Amino acid sequence: MSSLNKDSFSNILYSYFPLGMLFLSVFNDFDFNYLKIEYFSFNFAHILIFFWTLKNPNHLGYISIFTAGIINDVIIGIPIGISSFCYLLICSVTAYIRNITLSPNFINDWLSFLFTILLINSIQVTILDLVFLIEINYLKYLINTGFTFLFYPIFFFIFNYINKKIIVRFND
Amino acid sequence: MATSRDDFVIAFRSAFLKKKDKQKFSLLTLLFLSIFVIVLSNYNFKIIKFIKIGINEVIYRASFLISSPENKIQNINSQIKDHIKIYDNYKNLESELEILKQKRLSNDFLKMENDKLRKLINESIKSEEILAKVLIDKESPFLKSIILNKGTKDKIKIGMAVVDKVYLVGKVIEVNYTNSRVLLLSDLNSKIPVILEPIGMQAIVSGTGEDNGKIQYTKEEYGNEIKTQKIIAYTSGLGGLFKPGLPVGKIFKSNINKINFFSDFRQLEYVKIISYSIEGNN
Repeated sequence: MSSLNKDSFSNILYSYFPLGMLFLSVFNDFDFNYLKIEYFSFNFAHILIFFWTLKNPNHLGYISIFTAGIINDVIIGIPIGISSFCYLLICSVTAYIRNITLSPNFINDWLSFLFTILLINSIQVTILDLVFLIEINYLKYLINTGFTFLFYPIFFFIFNYINKKIIVRFND
Repeated sequence: MATSRDDFVIAFRSAFLKKKDKQKFSLLTLLFLSIFVIVLSNYNFKIIKFIKIGINEVIYRASFLISSPENKIQNINSQIKDHIKIYDNYKNLESELEILKQKRLSNDFLKMENDKLRKLINESIKSEEILAKVLIDKESPFLKSIILNKGTKDKIKIGMAVVDKVYLVGKVIEVNYTNSRVLLLSDLNSKIPVILEPIGMQAIVSGTGEDNGKIQYTKEEYGNEIKTQKIIAYTSGLGGLFKPGLPVGKIFKSNINKINFFSDFRQLEYVKIISYSIEGNN
């Protein structure tokens, strides 16, 4: 009985892992900025949303992603709705990739990720700079995009491991 | 050719319009909703303002609670570092204290003289300080701001100066009921009118997105007038927002366009929000 309870608890933990991590990352602004390494920053939320909406969208709902975007905007201090729009664009790309891909391939995913983050960061910069007239550092956006791209494989293997566990548990 | 176009359309429609088993809304609906939110946030209707304030209140408090374990770890880390450096710090502080003691005597005299002169022209500066705790100080690489635990209920208004001890750190740019957002001097969008002393030249300090700022809109002879090794920038009070004389940062002769802020914006825990008024017959 106790092992059953333990199992159901860990099932819940695994099931809500992507969602929990997403909200934790937007509330905490999780990007290792406090390491104070000059120019170093990456966008964890982009990696997380891209991976989970591509590999296992059942565990990361669009409404949650939309809400996480709103929270991110409030915390960072940019006009509300921009991050939600960008996060949902990631979802659009991953949904499209899912529909056209028969045999998933890591390299293809990685390159698609680069295309996606370049696209959404360009859109974000355009909206902030041209619509809201907020001055931003283009170089920092570019560096952030670069590091986010480079960090993708590391998180891919971690998330892939967790995803396999989730699939095994929920298919049993 | 037609088949590949059909495939694209099918994949596109499936991605945007179809809902998965556990999704309550299609992607397209939510994308339109977020565009609608962006457009709405651009308008300053009363109802939107109230909704925005409500969202900000909830999210700031939640973020403060959620990030408290991480903040604790960071505090422990900085405490350990402080303990390691304790002897060196003590030696530095001892020598600094001696210099400050000497300077204090002349400062007291100058302060009295300044008060007398202000009395002569029938002018006085009254200022009020409100102590505030920093709720959120997430170091975003793009925008530099902090959230304080004081808002409209504490009579905080947009534009008020925020200081760390006596050093200027930024200004209030958004006020909610119980909290407010401060734009730090290091942000790219920050522009502060200053006076450079001892040369007495007006300038603008702009943020760079880094830990330092840059000096802009000075006179052409700015470079030639620098005789001392160090120049201090104080708020000039020309914009009418800031109390004049708040120390902002120092400029070294080696790089006259760069200003090093006095305060370390990453270490802010408690700050003071300052409101002031100049009273007189003029």
